[in-house]
Amino acid sequence: MFESLSSRFTSAFSSLRSRGKLSNADIENTCAEIRQALLESDVALSVVENFVAQIREQSLAVLPTLQSGSNQGQAIFNIVNAALIEILGGSARRIRFAKNPPTVIMLAGLQGAGKTTLAGKLAKFYADQGNTPLLVASDLQRPNAVTQLQIVGESIGVPVFAPEPGNGVGDPVKVAKSGIDFAKSKLYNMVIVDTAGRLGIDDDLMKQAISIRDAVNPDEILFVVDAMIGQDAVRTSQAFLDGVGFDGVVLTKLDGDARGGAALSIASITKRPIMFASTGEKIGDFDIFYPDRMASRILGMGDVATLAEQAKKAFDGESSAKLEAKFASGEDFTLEDFLEQLQAMSKMGSMSKILGMLPGAGAMKKQIENFDESEIVRTKAIVQSMTPTERRDPKVLNGSRRARIALGSGRKVSDVNNLVDRFSAAQKMMKQVRNGAMPAGMGAMGLPTMPKGPAKAVVHKKKSKSGNPAKRAIEDGQ
Amino acid sequence: MSLFSKFIAKVRGTNDFSAADWHELEEELLLSDLGPTLTKTVLEQARKIKSENANEALSHILTSTLSSKDRSMLLGETTTVIMVVGVNGTGKTTSVAKLAANIKKSGKSVVMAAGDTFRAAAVEQLQTWGSQIGVEVVAGKTNGDPASVAFDATKRAKELNSDFLIIDTAGRLHNKNDLMAELEKVKRVVEKVFPINETLLVIDATTGQNGLQQAKIFTEAVQTTGIILTKLDGSARGGVALAIENEVDIPIKWIGTGESVNDFAPFEPTNYIQGLLS
Ligand SMILES: Nc1nc2c(ncn2[C@@H]2O[C@H](COP(=O)(O)OP(=O)(O)O)[C@@H](O)[C@H]2O)c(=O)[nH]1
Ligand SMILES: [Mg+2]
Repeated sequence: MFESLSSRFTSAFSSLRSRGKLSNADIENTCAEIRQALLESDVALSVVENFVAQIREQSLAVLPTLQSGSNQGQAIFNIVNAALIEILGGSARRIRFAKNPPTVIMLAGLQGAGKTTLAGKLAKFYADQGNTPLLVASDLQRPNAVTQLQIVGESIGVPVFAPEPGNGVGDPVKVAKSGIDFAKSKLYNMVIVDTAGRLGIDDDLMKQAISIRDAVNPDEILFVVDAMIGQDAVRTSQAFLDGVGFDGVVLTKLDGDARGGAALSIASITKRPIMFASTGEKIGDFDIFYPDRMASRILGMGDVATLAEQAKKAFDGESSAKLEAKFASGEDFTLEDFLEQLQAMSKMGSMSKILGMLPGAGAMKKQIENFDESEIVRTKAIVQSMTPTERRDPKVLNGSRRARIALGSGRKVSDVNNLVDRFSAAQKMMKQVRNGAMPAGMGAMGLPTMPKGPAKAVVHKKKSKSGNPAKRAIEDGQ
Repeated sequence: MSLFSKFIAKVRGTNDFSAADWHELEEELLLSDLGPTLTKTVLEQARKIKSENANEALSHILTSTLSSKDRSMLLGETTTVIMVVGVNGTGKTTSVAKLAANIKKSGKSVVMAAGDTFRAAAVEQLQTWGSQIGVEVVAGKTNGDPASVAFDATKRAKELNSDFLIIDTAGRLHNKNDLMAELEKVKRVVEKVFPINETLLVIDATTGQNGLQQAKIFTEAVQTTGIILTKLDGSARGGVALAIENEVDIPIKWIGTGESVNDFAPFEPTNYIQGLLS
């Protein structure tokens, strides 16, 4: 059974953390667990071996210096966490703006990685910050890639430069070049060039990408890669690095359940920062990439920072301030507040996505996968069928009121009972939290220990071959 | 000597397989995305074999890890209905067109349904393919209900008495319950007219172990009957598809080896596996 990196790490470390004194054999066992976990999560073999060797070496060095009784498991945990953050990029980097506009961003990557969608997201992200981006349609290969970009551009109100219809017609290098000229003449301060998907081993198409690069002289070339990619991440990212070259990486489809592996491989091998994360099909499902958050996520500590930020975005300032004040003054959290939160929460995206970011999510994987999104809709319907008085004071909910609410919301009375019971329990828990008892699993992470530097990856020296059996046979015969 | 021929020599007993060779074999399998579990199984069995006929012995281990299900196309009584599903960007639309062209070449009639009503220009993408290969496309409105497009296409295929109907669907990540429910609905609606004979899951050869999750969840939702393994023209070997065969028991039926309509072929297990170790 496939287990996520996060849940494996969680179990490997919980055994370490619960004991005081570690033996070398413990370290070996942990290293073996980490190796297996990383492989199952698609971290490239060469990266795994180096990472594990680094962890082993640092752990062995640190242990004798620790006083007995101090938490040695915690120390190893810190070593792993710090090493992950180090490899994932140390600190996030933003787009470098050109001194003389326009700032040119070129996208490159395999077929189906999500470049066109990302082009739109990037344009929206920077337009929202007051820039004036222009999208350039240089994917003239895939049927209707041009149309796709035009539709995306229109939906976000960003102009698209698309002089050629695509579907195999037109020269992508010329389009890119005239796109820049157009942007200059119309004073756009940013140009985002979408390009066709290409394979790392396709020399002709790689040369074409190089020609586009040389024609537009980009400030940033972003390598767009699907977070679900497996061991091929090494060969492909190396081929793009050696070919067209790139300055930063964008991970797409991070809203899936494949987490961590590719990020670790690519960052480690190419030494290029992962700059953005694409996390859904909607234009707004996009964020800058935070190495520390990713490391936490990999380690099963959850992505609390992202969650908090999304919550801040979703809950408008006024209602969250009101809630905070209420909380602080010791007032009760009512069903009315609950309804407001449910509404804000639906704005944040799917519940499974939200839950997935919480600490310990790795261990709750099954429940999260099985989370029934329509449950929220049903819950909302029940609360909406209550009168304001009932929402403020659920104690008034007698049998006949409950029956009326059930009828009004199209649910059973037992559903109403259930909700009221769960709500009271939650209310009680909130009181406890307010009184200073932290929920389990939120303790401080302890002091960081500094690793020596990123694990050096040995790039697999073998020539990349085609996965096509027929082609491989020919290549091997040569 | 290639790893494969070294291994054959080992099986024949004419050469020893050193510890380094075993390590290399493990590495090759892992690098092909078979994943740690299947790699271990294959290695254990490989260590045991000794035989006169090395090729047969090798096919034996490998076929024993594969699905024993039939790889030929499952046919319907009247119109054979094929639904193509998978996560975003794996090559579903391209594969729909390739499969349609393949069927048409064999002299059968076929209709395609533009069931991706979500992604911008996905309908137009299939229509472009349709006019290129001369196959009718039934389409609805972008952002319309995919089930109703599929239903219209099913009615159209019935009206034309078409031999095949191939339904393209929007890409969806398997962990999104609402989108998986939408796919189940497409299936239910189509099956009011014709049973769906094949539900083909498109797996991109570059996909790592997450492919297993994709296979499991898509199969739970819509009973996948086969796999189309795409992008084998790249440097990825697509080993996760073998892991899927092994764990989820779904046979790979077709492979995609390029962006044009003829880059498509039935899956040949023996060739493929020898390719892995060459
Ligand atoms: N190299 C290669 N590219 C492919 C193959 N199959 C599809 N593609 C490309 O992958 C990209 C995504 O394909 P598409 O059919 O739109 O994927 P969908 O989103 O699953 O429908 C397009 O650029 C296709 O041309 C293949 O076998 N080899
Ligand atoms: Mg498609």
